[in-house]
Amino acid sequence: MGLLSHPITLVADWLRNLFLGWGLSQGLTTVLLYLIAAIVVASLANAWVIFLIWFERKIVGRMQDRIGPNRVGPYGLLQPFADLIKIITKEIIFPDKADKPLYVIAPLLMDAAIVAIWAVIPLVPMVGMDFNVAALYTIAVGAFATLGIILAGWSSNNKFALVSAFRTVAQMISYEVPTVLALLVPVLLAGTMSLQGIVEAQHVWYIVLAPLAFVIYFIASVAEVGRTPFDLLEAESEIVAGFHIEYSGMLFATFYVGDFLHAFTIGMLGAVLFLGGWRGPGAEAYPLLGLIYLWIKAFVVYFIGVWVRGTLPRLRIDQMMNFCWKFLTPLALILLVEAAVVDRLLLGFTPWGRGLVHLAINVFIGALVIAYARAYDNRRKRERPLAAKPGQYPVAHPPQPAAAEAQSD
Amino acid sequence: MNNWLYIAIFLFVSIVMPTSLVVIGLLLGPKRPNPIKTDTYECGVQTWGETWVQFKIQYYLFALVFLVFDIEVAFLYPWAVAYKALPLFAVLEGVLFIVLLTAALVYAWRKGALEWS
Repeated sequence: MGLLSHPITLVADWLRNLFLGWGLSQGLTTVLLYLIAAIVVASLANAWVIFLIWFERKIVGRMQDRIGPNRVGPYGLLQPFADLIKIITKEIIFPDKADKPLYVIAPLLMDAAIVAIWAVIPLVPMVGMDFNVAALYTIAVGAFATLGIILAGWSSNNKFALVSAFRTVAQMISYEVPTVLALLVPVLLAGTMSLQGIVEAQHVWYIVLAPLAFVIYFIASVAEVGRTPFDLLEAESEIVAGFHIEYSGMLFATFYVGDFLHAFTIGMLGAVLFLGGWRGPGAEAYPLLGLIYLWIKAFVVYFIGVWVRGTLPRLRIDQMMNFCWKFLTPLALILLVEAAVVDRLLLGFTPWGRGLVHLAINVFIGALVIAYARAYDNRRKRERPLAAKPGQYPVAHPPQPAAAEAQSD
Repeated sequence: MNNWLYIAIFLFVSIVMPTSLVVIGLLLGPKRPNPIKTDTYECGVQTWGETWVQFKIQYYLFALVFLVFDIEVAFLYPWAVAYKALPLFAVLEGVLFIVLLTAALVYAWRKGALEWS
């Protein structure tokens, strides 16, 4: 029982004995321990955002052929701290026409909802929460973040913010459906909703058993965070800043923190549900190693999100809704049926045998879906060719100089 | 029971944390509102007319479809949890339920509820 192999149990026991030594009752000690644990995890989540902001600005900057923050501290690492000091001393403006209570509650609700997801994430093996409805809890609490955005858009009493709230209603609740369906697949494969249980059941990572479900989960989650290519709710060129247009100072910063933390949290959930969570060589002997593994995996998923953000242009709203309801949702339903039926038929197989059969079927379904999407795209192109007739709007190529000259003659 | 206690404490902490930051911001920041500053922002022009208008009916359609799906998926979760213990027959019953769900989606699709106009 060394410090390396049981650090958290050791600290917890030490604290428990300390509190009991002060003459506190058993119940109060438990409450205090939970309070300390909650403060540590929530602070970790909130403080981590400081690094994320620097990282994302740097990476997106590089992707856009800029340098990114580089003035404050080495590699601009202290930039978020400078921003924090600036923003915390800024005035918080309350617009006259805003619905003040809701206006204040909205960002707090969003940030609190996302931090609250961290309560059930199994950070290390064996220790901590084993909450038996954790998967459902993450969805339920995550929905409050959406509610926060809708509240902000509505209560600001600003036309841009209201349009953003409309779009939020359409986008975020629609993409909730494929997320929830994709989340059902790991729950079904593990036979439990406890995230700790799902991690323990992943002798083979579920990304092998259900790669398509992971892709659906990832896309739908990016849409729920509202990042590019799904950032219609804060499209700068159309509705200025969307739901946080009237916010300033710390109230705005709370949205900002919530947004970045949400992006990392979906990476965290993706890592837990599909990438084996804290699993890795030596993780069971040294729990802190498990934490590092989980962090790396979550960071990889998060990085892909940043990459997508730096790469893809924004979608149109009808394309986005069609993609959700007519593509992701049916596909998620098919995958759910596939997982349920195939896994039942493979009852006696070894974990890797099961994994490979699932993988093969997933690849097959994926190939079919891509072939279908291509055929659909080609049909669309035949029906509505992009090269328009003269004077029609979608013009694929600018008029050629030669043609212009011919006209002037 | 202890798990729920932890969740309750965690929810409390997660609400207190951003709230305290905002309170610090309120204390440290200046408070000099004026009519121009607290006016509604609209690209430099005066805002005109009522902002709190009705939602377009389209949004309600999507919200309804979403509601149907979310509730039905909530029914699927217990099935997924019990999956390991279920006989093949019960698994196929779950599949049948999903097929019915798909039929609802197809219905909404054919009815044009999913068209964005």
